[in-house]
Amino acid sequence: MKLLGTETVKRGMAEMQKGGVIMDVINAEQAKIAEAAGAVAVMALERVPSDIRKAGGVARMADPRIVEEVMNAVSIPVMAKARIGHIVEARVLESMGVDYIDESEVLTPADEEFHLLKSEYTVPFVCGCRDLGEAARRIGEGASMLRTKGEPGTGNIVEAVRHIRKVNAQVRRVVGMNLDELMTEAKVLGAPYELLVEIKKLGRLPVVNFAAGGVATPADAALMMELGADGVFVGSGIFKSDNPEKFARAIVEATTHYKDYKLIAEISKELGSPMKGIDISTLPENERMQERGW
Amino acid sequence: MRIGVLALQGAVREHIQQIQSLGCEAIEVKSLNDLSGLNGLVLPGGESTTMRKLLDRYQLLNPIRTLAQLGIPMFGTCAGLILLAKEIVGKDEAHLKLMDVVIERNSFGRQVDSFEVKISADQIGDAIPAVFIRAPHIVSVGPDVEILAQYDGRIVLAKEGQYLGCSFHPELTTDTRLMEYFINMAKEFHPYTLAKSNSI
Repeated sequence: MKLLGTETVKRGMAEMQKGGVIMDVINAEQAKIAEAAGAVAVMALERVPSDIRKAGGVARMADPRIVEEVMNAVSIPVMAKARIGHIVEARVLESMGVDYIDESEVLTPADEEFHLLKSEYTVPFVCGCRDLGEAARRIGEGASMLRTKGEPGTGNIVEAVRHIRKVNAQVRRVVGMNLDELMTEAKVLGAPYELLVEIKKLGRLPVVNFAAGGVATPADAALMMELGADGVFVGSGIFKSDNPEKFARAIVEATTHYKDYKLIAEISKELGSPMKGIDISTLPENERMQERGW
Repeated sequence: MRIGVLALQGAVREHIQQIQSLGCEAIEVKSLNDLSGLNGLVLPGGESTTMRKLLDRYQLLNPIRTLAQLGIPMFGTCAGLILLAKEIVGKDEAHLKLMDVVIERNSFGRQVDSFEVKISADQIGDAIPAVFIRAPHIVSVGPDVEILAQYDGRIVLAKEGQYLGCSFHPELTTDTRLMEYFINMAKEFHPYTLAKSNSI
């Protein structure tokens, strides 16, 4: 019997993206540049995170016309963002045949208490996390892929580093614990107990975990891989740089060959300036997207 | 037995685990040096467009073709099958152009249409779990290609001499029968040609 939208099918889709770069794009032209550079998928948006910051106000799901335009332009998978807890935005994107939905803190949350019950959908979801508790709660709700949050639209890698280190350190701790310690650890982390048991058994998270939020250079992307990310999301970094084509290619290469430092030196030459970054300490707390998610 | 897995992008870890669980050595192939001394090469699932770009950039396309000329068995799953094919519907140029099949990409639809099902395959067995993710299928085959399995009237598993290709992802399941079948192909591969492959 043919089974659609099973856990294997949804998580498997993310497995196929491993070692790759997923790029934010706002139109068909950018999507084609991303595909030509070797992106494994594109995220169709109305604005990249740094422009969402500038614009202020409420950030919502993109105009379906933009999503459609991007889907028609490329043969690689297309992702799109829905607001946290916005059941209808998610269902709309699913009905359009989007390949993956990002229940994203980059958009203004629609629900400040509950996330989507992602296990109910045929389309797979990716969600942000800053620690293992958050990661495990999202998996518990049915997320098929994770990404550490970082701080989107800042071009500053510091939060992304903090989050991937934290998640991986907590995974290592769980793997090293005795079974009789896991229930208390579940309570401390706010994580479903069964998931911690699964993580201990597997020796890793049961889903693919990319890094996001602040990748601005090829070296940043390689750093995320070095710290144990399965791949990288690049938002504002590419199309806010001086030379998007070259930049996109360099980020893809640095992600694949993240330990080849000579190569990274080579591809980083004369890339032009990356996006202008923001010092996180100057960001008022209410402008930090990473705090969104419960 | 040394089985390489092309490790530019995609489901590399899963293939490596299957190969190791069958008692063979698994080599991650990222650059030219990794190709020496292999008894077989697996081309994994992933994004074929991305893998092709990286094959070009790291000049792996021709060395892999050379390995193929030496007779080294190759196993492509999903995107890997697309890389092996001689012809791709809607594309002027295929990639490695080794296996005499015509492939259509994303032919079962987008991700929401992706599915899993159990299939039967000649020479391999019944109830093989097959996970189809934005999967391609084989539209037509050359005279020397054996069709091993079909689903819904479409060819999803085929063999041509040293090449084995499937449009689904055996690596996402715990069923290792297809990998065992491929490793047996690699075992039958003559050691004389293996000596030559060391000189690549």
